[in-house]
Amino acid sequence: MRWREALIAEKRKLTSTAMWWVLAIGMVGYLAFIGAVLAFSMVSGSDATGVQPLTGKAAALSVYGTVNAIGYVFPLVIGTLTVTTEMRHRTLTQSLLAEPVRGRLLSAKLAVSFPVGVCYGVLGVIGLLIGGAIPLATAGDGAYLGDGEVIRVLVMGILVSGLWAVLGAAFGSVVTNQVAAIVVLLAFTQLVEPIARVGLSAVSSLAPVASYLPGAAADAVVGSSLYSSVGTGAVDLLPAWGGALVLLGYGVVLVVLGWRTTFARDVT
Amino acid sequence: MAAAPPFVIEGLGKSFGSVRAVHDLSFRVEPGRVTGFLGPNGSGKTTTLRMLLGLVRPTEGRALVGDRPYAEHPVPGALVGAALEATGFHPGRTGLGHLEVYAAQVGADRARAREVLGMVGMSEAAGRKVGGYSLGMRQRLGLATALLADPPALVLDEPVNGLDPEGIVWLRQFLRHLAEQGRTVLVSSHVLGEVQHTVDDVVIIKAGQLVHASSLSGLAELADQVTRVVAPDAEAFARLAADRGWSTHPVAGRGGTPGVGADVVGASAAEVGAACFAVGLELHQLATRGTDLEDVFFRLTGHAADPTVGEGAA
Repeated sequence: MRWREALIAEKRKLTSTAMWWVLAIGMVGYLAFIGAVLAFSMVSGSDATGVQPLTGKAAALSVYGTVNAIGYVFPLVIGTLTVTTEMRHRTLTQSLLAEPVRGRLLSAKLAVSFPVGVCYGVLGVIGLLIGGAIPLATAGDGAYLGDGEVIRVLVMGILVSGLWAVLGAAFGSVVTNQVAAIVVLLAFTQLVEPIARVGLSAVSSLAPVASYLPGAAADAVVGSSLYSSVGTGAVDLLPAWGGALVLLGYGVVLVVLGWRTTFARDVT
Repeated sequence: MAAAPPFVIEGLGKSFGSVRAVHDLSFRVEPGRVTGFLGPNGSGKTTTLRMLLGLVRPTEGRALVGDRPYAEHPVPGALVGAALEATGFHPGRTGLGHLEVYAAQVGADRARAREVLGMVGMSEAAGRKVGGYSLGMRQRLGLATALLADPPALVLDEPVNGLDPEGIVWLRQFLRHLAEQGRTVLVSSHVLGEVQHTVDDVVIIKAGQLVHASSLSGLAELADQVTRVVAPDAEAFARLAADRGWSTHPVAGRGGTPGVGADVVGASAAEVGAACFAVGLELHQLATRGTDLEDVFFRLTGHAADPTVGEGAA
């Protein structure tokens, strides 16, 4: 029933241009850098702010959690591109000629985004291990790579990276202007959400709201949060299943919006 | 190749807000023939084609491929190959890469992708990025995409745009060949002359409504006969034309002498020759100029025609 072919087409759309590996290299490099900075800041002891740095396994978990906490912008962007490039380069017409059932086209984009995001997660973990695990193991209290909790954080980080890509595709189906979509994603993930999480958690009555932000929900699934490690602005996370439900909720809302707007429109 | 389906347009209409792009449009496109879908820019051709292919939802009537809408066929892309205007290509994808993206969905393999590139004369550019293609190369890649599935029906929107004269001749022969194989071929154009030598049937629309549908010869019957005359005594000829009620247009004579030659609209060479002979008028040239289909097209679509044709000369 054309499902397999729709998935093949989406996979080929992604792999036939340079974007996927440019972003992949970006993710490895960025996470290696972030991992190194975090790991060195932890192994070098307390700093001038007087905040007690994390040590031991907590330090390792905090570093490895950044595959989600910091790296999530990459799977989000590649997911978004699955929809927005079709608008930007006007290839949607050809895609709909090949697969006129629009629900199948959108579903195929969402479905293909998951394994793509997982691959990005794997690459992100590789970057983190290069940048973060080595200083932890050599100058710190150890890399803890054999620890069950650490392995869980890494594996969940990889899976959540897949979810981020799916959410990205869903977001792209709502905000179809490629430039606008990427600007919004960058602004939200790098600026708005970090500030909101710290800001909301500073006001005790609003603190629970922060845990429903998408990044915080993902942190809950992964089981590690960079924010809970940086002293001030510690955020109470939802339970892992609650975080998963919140992410699912965001996905459903975005898909329904995209389905009712972008994918319901005449393609002229 | 599966049996070629006809295209059946029935009472089709589309309004964008308060703008009626297409209204009450009905016609059929038969297999085994090349049908020209003609109309000025903005007359609703592309909207109609997009409704036929399920990209735009009609607000009235329906457009069918065979017995059902395009999207309801088991593998629509294998039944109808389409190249629509303003369809884009990812500039960072190679020509071959573009075809491979869509190949699986229309039941084609990678070997077929190479084959269709060869058919449109693009084998050399297969590995180059589309961003570096000329307009003509993009047109050919679009055509190759339409041909991927070896489809029994084709819809080509303004396929001549951007092709060089050599490419136009090639396309003409190619489309004739496809129709001779029994395929349904629908080609749109805003200029009749571009497809006049290619099409068997014409469907002409204006402001979203049908103004004419017939075979090409049916269109020719609507054309006035035009007879080219060169008479040294221009005044005497003008008097004769006025007597007979012919409408004439002056044509620059040899050596640029104006008023010596004229085109007579609506009279055959035999009629004009007999009348001149009867009054003893000397003629240096008497020839059938043939029917001017472009003139008929302009008249039907209400667009400014060649000023020397169509209007009665006073």
